[in-house]
Amino acid sequence: MASRAIVSSFTRLGSIPLGRLSSRSGNSRNLEERAFVHVNLGRGGAIRSFAVAAVEAPVKPSYEVQHSKLFIDGEFVDAASGETFPTVDPRTEEVLADVAKADVEDINRAVKAARKAFDHGPWPRMTAYERSKILLKYADLLEKHNDELATLDSLDSGKLYSQSQGVEIPHFVTRLFRYYAGWADKIHGKTLPADGPHQVLTFHEPIGVVGQIIPWNFPMVMFAWKVAPALACGNTIVLKTAEQTPLSACLAAKLAVEAGLPPGVLNVVSGFGETAGAAISSHMDIDKVAFTGSTETGKLVMQAAARSNLKPVTLELGGKSPFIIMPDADIDQAVELSHFALFFNQGQCCCAGSRTFVHESIYDEYIEKAKARALKRVVGDPFKSGVEQGPQVDKAQFEKILSYIDVGRHEGANLVTGGARIGNKGYYIQPTIFSDVKDDMAISRDEIFGPVQAVTKFRTVQEAIERANNSPYGLAAGVFTKDIDTANTFSRALRVGSVWINCYDVFDAAIPFGGYKMSGQGREKGEYVLHNYTQVKAVVTPLKNPAWL
Amino acid sequence: MGSLWTLPLVSLPLCFFFFLQRDSIGACPGETFPTVDPRTEEVLADVAKADVEDINRAVKAARKAFDHGPWPRMTAYERSKILLKYADLLEKHNDELATLDSLDSGKLYSQSQGVEIPHFVTRLFRYYAGWADKIHGKTLPADGPHQVLTFHEPIGVVGQIIPWNFPMVMFAWKVAPALACGNTIVLKTAEQTPLSACLAAKLAVEAGLPPGVLNVVSGFGETAGAAISSHMDIDKVAFTGSTETGKLVMQAAARSNLKPVTLELGGKSPFIIMPDADIDQAVELSHFALFFNQGQCCCAGSRTFVHESIYDEYIEKAKARALKRVVGDPFKSGVEQGPQVDKAQFEKILSYIDVGRHEGANLVTGGTRIGNKGYYIQPTIFSDVKDDMAISRDEIFGPVQAVTKFRTVQEAIERANNTTYGLAAGVFTKDIDTANTFSRALRVGSVWINCYDVFDAAIPFGGYKMSGQGREKGEYVLHNYTQVKAVVTPLRNPAWL
Repeated sequence: MASRAIVSSFTRLGSIPLGRLSSRSGNSRNLEERAFVHVNLGRGGAIRSFAVAAVEAPVKPSYEVQHSKLFIDGEFVDAASGETFPTVDPRTEEVLADVAKADVEDINRAVKAARKAFDHGPWPRMTAYERSKILLKYADLLEKHNDELATLDSLDSGKLYSQSQGVEIPHFVTRLFRYYAGWADKIHGKTLPADGPHQVLTFHEPIGVVGQIIPWNFPMVMFAWKVAPALACGNTIVLKTAEQTPLSACLAAKLAVEAGLPPGVLNVVSGFGETAGAAISSHMDIDKVAFTGSTETGKLVMQAAARSNLKPVTLELGGKSPFIIMPDADIDQAVELSHFALFFNQGQCCCAGSRTFVHESIYDEYIEKAKARALKRVVGDPFKSGVEQGPQVDKAQFEKILSYIDVGRHEGANLVTGGARIGNKGYYIQPTIFSDVKDDMAISRDEIFGPVQAVTKFRTVQEAIERANNSPYGLAAGVFTKDIDTANTFSRALRVGSVWINCYDVFDAAIPFGGYKMSGQGREKGEYVLHNYTQVKAVVTPLKNPAWL
Repeated sequence: MGSLWTLPLVSLPLCFFFFLQRDSIGACPGETFPTVDPRTEEVLADVAKADVEDINRAVKAARKAFDHGPWPRMTAYERSKILLKYADLLEKHNDELATLDSLDSGKLYSQSQGVEIPHFVTRLFRYYAGWADKIHGKTLPADGPHQVLTFHEPIGVVGQIIPWNFPMVMFAWKVAPALACGNTIVLKTAEQTPLSACLAAKLAVEAGLPPGVLNVVSGFGETAGAAISSHMDIDKVAFTGSTETGKLVMQAAARSNLKPVTLELGGKSPFIIMPDADIDQAVELSHFALFFNQGQCCCAGSRTFVHESIYDEYIEKAKARALKRVVGDPFKSGVEQGPQVDKAQFEKILSYIDVGRHEGANLVTGGTRIGNKGYYIQPTIFSDVKDDMAISRDEIFGPVQAVTKFRTVQEAIERANNTTYGLAAGVFTKDIDTANTFSRALRVGSVWINCYDVFDAAIPFGGYKMSGQGREKGEYVLHNYTQVKAVVTPLRNPAWL
């Protein structure tokens, strides 16, 4: 049985090349064999084609797109304007489906439904046990539809099907709903001792109608991180999907109603940030907004919240996370995991380990091995087994990444490998490594969100700490060392929300995730996220003749 | 009202300065602004006026103290001992601090001296001294072989902007928990009441707080306050004041470095009296809920909902009680109500009284200023107030009670909740079922049943809706001043998960 934490499998495998290890497909083929299918090894410094799969005919999944409308008050509806927008298959650059395009009027309809469901409906008024049972049933349905949801996410975003099907849906979607089903009836208030004869209670009440805006890099996972805890606390929801990846959440919304969620409790709309997203952030009848996306957009969301009704915000934003390799680390494991930390999901992770700090004593060896590993990376159709990297999500991202590669070249960083697109159809980019990256270069400061690794060397722990912290971001960090004192020094000093020591991207329902500094506000997952979706009410009564205080 | 002013208990230096690092700066370096005695409308002192450059200096000191200084690096026990010593010094200087607050704000000296400083300032520092070494992270079970810890770390340099209605109490609510968590602070006082925090800052250093950990500046919102809210090197901002300004603070935080905000803002809190309540107690406490501190409380019970069956009796008794209210010099014993804090507030309140008259509310008593010197206003009651009147919707922040009648519990709940605010509520009833119904249904942060304004170090305070974000006091406030860090390592051969 594979581990359920996203990377625990990898850490135990040491230097074995990465595959999607916890596939439920029952594919018994040797992992190493799978990973090396289609490998086209480079022999020298020249940039080579990293995979043949990219230019082959795309795999056609058996599941077809069935839902592409807005889900409001328990049913699928067209946008009020009747408008749609295309969502594109990043493998082929062809249209997958035309999806209803929500604008202000649609958000108003969704909020009205959510408001009614919160103010007068059964969801916040039933017992927590009943809510818990509906969430458990929902988890069962998500499990049953695992492969369809995975297919939609991979079609829409270009992520590996083995990853969505074998890891994300079972271990980070279904699992999350079961985890928060368990929290629903454990949201306890307190009784407090006061300085006088008063009885003091606190209630942790649902906050109300929650607006949620999710990104395209992990569509269903982000859906689960947002929806599961908000529902467990008794709130109602208006959720906007990313315009790049609207499909899976349509199906998920339908399943929620099948599970018994009352109409209006979960409303899912597809649309764009400037219209639908802005309408959510600034809505006077939404009591809370949670956003995952770029720091730039996060600032707009918070400003809109401030200008409208002062709804509290949760923000999960960008990062430029350091991955620090000490000389005593297992070098092969460090190469493998730093490769994974950056290239996983096409480099499209907010917590990507995008600044690799390597101790000078092992720097040359690291570069050589990291290059070899990148050259071995199998890029191709995400539905093919053995493929490690699919296309970037869309044209805008694809072009942004290529332009950052140009910037890196012009800034004087050393291009070790990669640097160009693959093929001439689909948004495939070569796994790219820059070495000798300086801290003031744009490729070291900005979030690229693509398969571009920036490697730099350091001398001392103190220097690594200072340079790692010298960023407006503070999302995550990796530290590779065998020494427990070094590990403890780093884990205290790094100003980031997640420190992974000798591992990376270990996610778990119980582990809080979120950023210091401009990487965000608040934590998601674990017990911590409940804070975001509850209001605290203190109730005080005088005590007459109390036996004790 | 008496004409003899009670003498203040301490003599004031000519000039107060903002407090940076170890000592107050020796001489007035630049601009100052006057702070006025609201009893006499005369200048009490000229106070240093912080602007952007001064905020930058204060942030630099706080940044250095956080990034390199001993405060976040000493043991929590050491921090706790310094906070306890600070509490002892605040206790020792109780009467001076109380005098400064009463001089500056016009609040009753009996209140500041006998209640606020001992029970809400000194007490708060002792309470949070006890929290300093109890800020626990967690260990978490994961779905695989991983060791998972969380640390609740200090958030960094904290900006704090406090109001004038309870200067030292607000200082303590903000400073005590932030220090207990290991942060460093740049605190801006209200321009109406800058004095007490200067003395308090000095005492903090006497208690052993390292230089730069607590920086106190006096100045105005548009300059110094805006500089704090938008500063790129401040990691967090906590603000108490009006909803209007709270929106500006949050926007500035969003536009700059996305610092998280805590906001304690306005209110229009309902005070609901059921027919089974003890009517005399309800009259007394609804009177207190509104008129306490000259009506200058964010949680003032400023919409009095009285059941129709007792409405006429209530109005009669409430009027009699208001007429008995002793208005005068806040330093005189027996006085119940001092002057409003300043001219702007004084005029705003009088204009709301005019608005109430024009809107057709029935002026039961009061309605004008008292005397011709000092910002004294008569305890004022309007009856037959309709929900859509401005005096029922807006926060007046003065001694103006708006009374309305209701028929059913459901009606009272709906009308009480029909406001953009959600700070507090009072409910008077003997019936436990009615009390429970209200305490669930009211969308407010504090529900006081058969009591009002019960504050305690342990009780969280804060608002639903546009009354704010986050909670202060109790364990809850610690959340505002900490960052959560998860640390994960793989487990080799674990005996158990």
